[in-house]
Amino acid sequence: MAIGNEWRYGLALDHLKAYSLRRRKFLRIAGTATACGTLVSCGRPSTPWRFLTAAEGRTLDAICEQIIPTDQTPGAAWAGVVNFIDRQLMGPYRRQQAAYRAGLKAIDEAATKFGKNFVDLDAQRQTAVLESLTGPAKRFFATAIAHTMQGYYGDPRHGGNRDAVSWRMLGVPVIPIRGRYRYEMPKQGA
Amino acid sequence: MALKRVNAVIVGAGAAGGVVAKQLALGGLSVVLLERGHWLTAADCRKDDLRNQRTSVLGNNAGPDEERNPRVAVDLNGRERVVLPSEGSYSNNAACVGGGTFTYGAQAWRYQEKDFRMATTYGVPEGSTLSDWPISYAELEPCYERAEYEIGVSGDVSADPFHAPRRRPLPMPPLPVNREYGILKPAAQRLGLHPFDIPMLRNSVPYGGRPPCMQCRWCVGFACEVNAKCGTQNTAIPAALATGNCELRTGCMAREVMVDARGRATGVAYYDADGRLREQYADIVIVSSAAVESARLLLNSKSKLHPAGLGNRYGWVGRNLQGHTYTGAWGIFDFDIYDDIGPGANIAVCDYNHGSPGLIGGAMLANEFIRLPYQFVGALPPGVPQWGRAHKDFMRQWYRRSITIMGPTQEIPIAESRVEVDPKVKDFWGLPVARLSGGKHPKTMETSIAMAEKAEAWLKAAGAIRTWKRLAGNGTSGGQHQAGTCRMGDDPRTSVVDKYCRVHDQDNLYVIDGSVHVTNGGFNPVLTIMAIAYYAAGRIVKERTGRTV
Repeated sequence: MAIGNEWRYGLALDHLKAYSLRRRKFLRIAGTATACGTLVSCGRPSTPWRFLTAAEGRTLDAICEQIIPTDQTPGAAWAGVVNFIDRQLMGPYRRQQAAYRAGLKAIDEAATKFGKNFVDLDAQRQTAVLESLTGPAKRFFATAIAHTMQGYYGDPRHGGNRDAVSWRMLGVPVIPIRGRYRYEMPKQGA
Repeated sequence: MALKRVNAVIVGAGAAGGVVAKQLALGGLSVVLLERGHWLTAADCRKDDLRNQRTSVLGNNAGPDEERNPRVAVDLNGRERVVLPSEGSYSNNAACVGGGTFTYGAQAWRYQEKDFRMATTYGVPEGSTLSDWPISYAELEPCYERAEYEIGVSGDVSADPFHAPRRRPLPMPPLPVNREYGILKPAAQRLGLHPFDIPMLRNSVPYGGRPPCMQCRWCVGFACEVNAKCGTQNTAIPAALATGNCELRTGCMAREVMVDARGRATGVAYYDADGRLREQYADIVIVSSAAVESARLLLNSKSKLHPAGLGNRYGWVGRNLQGHTYTGAWGIFDFDIYDDIGPGANIAVCDYNHGSPGLIGGAMLANEFIRLPYQFVGALPPGVPQWGRAHKDFMRQWYRRSITIMGPTQEIPIAESRVEVDPKVKDFWGLPVARLSGGKHPKTMETSIAMAEKAEAWLKAAGAIRTWKRLAGNGTSGGQHQAGTCRMGDDPRTSVVDKYCRVHDQDNLYVIDGSVHVTNGGFNPVLTIMAIAYYAAGRIVKERTGRTV
């Protein structure tokens, strides 16, 4: 069924894969750039995000990708779920800022039993780490699951669900039906 | 500058307040209608599946303001927490012109005759405050009809043998149906049930100068962009304003009902949109702010003669908070069902509202409104993990192949489920906030589980390859169907208002909204709220002017 819908919405999977690779490469480069930036600047380390640090962003990206992995269709990382969460952490989720800071740290600590940071583990070990969480870290992970679902399946206008990728996957018409469009336009005089 | 004295000031421009304003204004009374929210249009409320009145994980689209209006929720273990409007335990309805009717799903049910005589029909279970209404269905019937014709209802209840006697059919035919209807109808008939088209406050044909529903997927929780949903914001309130007798003031937060030295209501003190404290004097004061806020306003209106709040001499204001215990079932099928035709909900049965052996009341069962993708992520059968590849597979495989049937189980009221005002927490204006506590009666839970079983059986009969129940917790009820906190009754010692919604020890103070419901039926309550508004407002106009409206 899902495959049947792809052509309908003109979703080219090869294109997505290429995009995904490009993005990973970009993240590596961005990571290096961030590291260099830290060396030369004496203030706050530079980060591509609003709330998260660059390192936290990478950890969260890996966690989200575990929650909704890439298979025949793109997963949470490609859909930009980290961008969604980061944006909401400066808005509706701001009461959870501390939980994210502590939770991401706790998950990295849980990963040390494999001798690496969470992002550097292979997918299987990442899964094992997430399944073994207890206490506050487990509660944080439950929050992250809820937020990832919102970012992946929710409206693209909030920064996730890039190109309405989840709606295409589910076969929900992306272009809203008649009459919808004019409400997406800026209001007159606004 | 003092505000001009008027005949009536109404607090809250929702389902009831809008209707009362129109009736009073038509009767020639001068009316000020206060609303804490604003007059929104669909253009102000985008179709946003994460930010609406149904799914408010990123906030809500029709108020109240997230920062200014906290409440305190107390869970069953006694733990209290400050909650915001976007959180479930807040029991938010809405804050805008039209109130909940601006974004509702618009099911337009009349309660059945037995719903007004629950105690007589079933007896009073231990630990409950179950009671009969002081009015009967027959007394309210003309008002139901008036709401159906003036606000506008489509549907067809002629195939429902359980509906209470009615003089006229609904004014509009039902909408064209979706695929779920075609699957569920024969299945219900095979089970010996009596399926029919849900009555809805929604245009199916041009009516009242507005176009028919375009059957989009964004219905419950959203503002209708073609104005086909009939709320008070596009019916009664414009009609009230057109008389020239009614002034609507938005952005106005009521502080208290003012009283004179003899304890009689004299008007309403409120903060206007600029935050200034104003005093609106009036001959009569009508509180129509929905069950939580109406109770809060009365409780916050303390004076020498009313130390515990207005109408609260016997401590009943705020008690019997109830909503509906929604339960039902999911079913998945081995073929596609999703057809993107809204509103989604269109077929119901009332076979289980009454008469199930051993149960008290029951629920109307109906298919759900269209599930937007995010609303499906938690719809997991036992055994499917919350995350990971299996979850994604589940979404992909079954999203388009599911049907949900849900029912609003009628709740057995209990005194411990209540609204109080919090001793510490204040809102933006410095007013003590509502504090919600209490749970549900065990009989409510029992009925709700039975209703889920009935829903599951219907789905199985429809050919679902797998079904699972969707049950409810026993925490504080309320939500958009909030009711019961100023119940009506003949005895001032066990109720807050009389059968005409007048507060017992007052001659010019009324509560007119879902608060006065003694019980809340096994149905969405809005049409009953409107009918009571017609009933009570008609009485007020008759008394004050001798006229009939």
